[in-house]
Amino acid sequence: MASSSSQSQNSQSQSQRADGSSPAIRAPRLANYQCEGFFDELVDDRTVARPDAESLVALINSLPPEELLRRQNAIERSLYQMGITFTVYSDEAGTEKIMPFDVVPRIISAMLWQHIEAGLKQRIMALNRFLADIYGDQKIIDDGIIPRDIIESAPAFLKECVGLRPPGGVWCHITGTDLVRDNTGAVYVLEDNLRCPSGVSYVLQNRHVMKRNFPQVFGASRVRPVNDYPSRLYSMLQAIAPEGVTSPTIAVLTPGVYNSAYYEHSYLAQQMGVELVEGRDLVVEDDVVFMRTTDGLQQVDVLYRRVDDTFIDPETFREDSCLGVAGLMRAYRAGNIALANAPGTGVADDKVVYAYVPAMIRYYLDEEPILANVPTYICQREEDRKYVLDNLDKLVVKAAGESGGYGILIGPHATPVERAEFADKIRNDPRNYIAQPTLQLSRVPTLAGGNLEGRHVDLRPYILCSGPDDIWVMPGGLTRVALKKGSLVVNSSQGGGSKDTWVAAEEGQEIAPDWQDE
Amino acid sequence: MLSRVAESIYWMSRQMERAENLARFLEVTLNLTLDQPENLIDPWGPLVEVTGDTPAFVEKYGVPTQQSVVNFLAFDPDYHSSMLTCLRAARENAKSVRETLSSEAFEQINEFYHFVSDASASQITDPTAAFFDNVRQYSLLWSGILDSTMSHDMAWHFANVGRLLERADKTSRILDVKYFNLLPNVSDVGTALDDLQWSALLLAISGFEAYRREHHLVNIEKVVSFFLFHRTFPRSVRSCVAGAHWSLSEIEQMSNSDEPGQAIAQIEAIRHRLSEADVKEVITRGVHQFVDLVQIELNQIGESLNYDYFNAPRPV
Repeated sequence: MASSSSQSQNSQSQSQRADGSSPAIRAPRLANYQCEGFFDELVDDRTVARPDAESLVALINSLPPEELLRRQNAIERSLYQMGITFTVYSDEAGTEKIMPFDVVPRIISAMLWQHIEAGLKQRIMALNRFLADIYGDQKIIDDGIIPRDIIESAPAFLKECVGLRPPGGVWCHITGTDLVRDNTGAVYVLEDNLRCPSGVSYVLQNRHVMKRNFPQVFGASRVRPVNDYPSRLYSMLQAIAPEGVTSPTIAVLTPGVYNSAYYEHSYLAQQMGVELVEGRDLVVEDDVVFMRTTDGLQQVDVLYRRVDDTFIDPETFREDSCLGVAGLMRAYRAGNIALANAPGTGVADDKVVYAYVPAMIRYYLDEEPILANVPTYICQREEDRKYVLDNLDKLVVKAAGESGGYGILIGPHATPVERAEFADKIRNDPRNYIAQPTLQLSRVPTLAGGNLEGRHVDLRPYILCSGPDDIWVMPGGLTRVALKKGSLVVNSSQGGGSKDTWVAAEEGQEIAPDWQDE
Repeated sequence: MLSRVAESIYWMSRQMERAENLARFLEVTLNLTLDQPENLIDPWGPLVEVTGDTPAFVEKYGVPTQQSVVNFLAFDPDYHSSMLTCLRAARENAKSVRETLSSEAFEQINEFYHFVSDASASQITDPTAAFFDNVRQYSLLWSGILDSTMSHDMAWHFANVGRLLERADKTSRILDVKYFNLLPNVSDVGTALDDLQWSALLLAISGFEAYRREHHLVNIEKVVSFFLFHRTFPRSVRSCVAGAHWSLSEIEQMSNSDEPGQAIAQIEAIRHRLSEADVKEVITRGVHQFVDLVQIELNQIGESLNYDYFNAPRPV
């Protein structure tokens, strides 16, 4: 399954200088750092810098030991001052925290990125075809590729969306796909986030503060820019406007200031220069969506909605929702408003449906998947379930309908009691569980108590799609890092932090401008 | 612009101005007690009266003392109009309209809030503390940032209306309460004149130097006139109302409505009265009565804004 991804890894580690010298002689070794048998993103197993990380490792070696920590503190202070914080719900005083930030960036080589980008585009293409099919003719079910009951029992499969045809046949316009690398450096897709993937604002802000603090090494590392994301997002939203609308009014729909991703919603609206609206700002009249302004009602043509499917329209979905606007689906069906992402996309990121994405790629595109899935056992299948129950101590078990690091059992780290409890849950509701082997996630040097230690990471690149032939992958994405020693859980709700992600440019590719030029 | 956004910007701006005025009142009063060691008059009671929330204060703290009043006005998290709660509310409002503000403006509110929220009451009860100096710097920075980093578009004009209506109200309140405490009877004018007290009053609106340049000596009539009717001093009631009037007319012009709103008509009326009023007559008839009426009218404008822009969606 991992063959295609490990191939690119091999070619990366075998890369040779133009002058024929061995990288080991010229490339700096990261001082006092141990790989401990894990795959490290910045250095090889002798702690020698990988080719694209040489300037960075040289810089780190040249700094006095406390200097990295000082810069890290400066960056965290400026994130706090900028108010890039989330509210800690459990705390009554409304304590605010920044998402912990680690100053050592993760670097991805141009060649590996090419492979990731091609794989993601292929995946988005297949997922869009799947969504159009599943809410349309359902050929993939008729042809026996995916069992009908898997789809129909998916909580995110919305019967109300059957028969809908979003403009251009695009369902997921904005995707955040979680990728991991294992002990060999092979890349796997861990999950697709097709509903309201968040985190892209951290990517942009992390880059912004890193540029201010490490301008020299930045230039020397030939990093590809990410800051055109808001323009690309805007163009994509413009492109999906209802037919005949030439200069659409675009707005971002947020659940409001108490949502944990509110900062991001407001940041994206600000960066695109569009209104940030809440459900109470909108009203639907004669199947047309309006916002309440100081001048009266103004029509809205495109909504980048960051409110979950079942909350967007109390008339169609949850009656008790106060976050949406009654009649939105009527307006959508009438073709008077474009929604990104289209309602119903969540069925494709159900963790059981995820297991079928490689099959979708073969079915719709007649191609082999470029990026592999993590091998996945579907507990609803009797054979898989038996294997899972017998091997709980080796597996990671996930609830299909949960996210954010909740509803997870990490078998090897769990107590026998916890494993027994999970076994019961699986037996009682097999449809809701999948299991995967515990991957030894790759690591990146990370500041821990003033020293550099390896910490496990994943990666969430963001993908924009405005048409079947128009897919853009952000060069990089959000690298989340498990700050606790040995931990494999990177979610911010579980004590994870983030890192800037540098995709090295190929010859001739645009690189990130110095911050002074912005 | 979105009605909700207009309303939040308006309130954000009022709350920032309110916090600033509280800091001014406290700073001036602390200085006053330093200059007047015998404590001829109680400076702390009137300060609570300025707020109009005396019952809430008495219930929680009893007798006004330096410690209790500073606590109440600056740091009380339960009092709806303490400096801290105003800044917190302003920041919440700013957060909800962050996409409309300049980044500098949001970051300034954010820092200002953290600065006050990190401070403790003990810091400011020492009158030599640099705390108030810092607060005033923060406020001035805020005004400057608002004016020089944002387009003077509709959003800015709503902020300006909020700021100036609040400022007019606070200027009138401080005159009102201090006037009664310092000089209860018109017949006392001239006899009990205390240069120090009136100077302190002028300092509270940053008007001491401007007043001196024009009048040199403190005179009750001139002070009252300065507070209420000065044409150009940015904290006089008349000048605030004129500024708010300008912003409201700009808003009216930018919006596409056919008929003018109620607020604009009301503010024109006050502006007219302030420019026509005669200070001698005002003092004879009662400063308190005059000021009370101005405050009621300013409140009505606030309500009309609600009707004109914030709530009822007018037909397309």
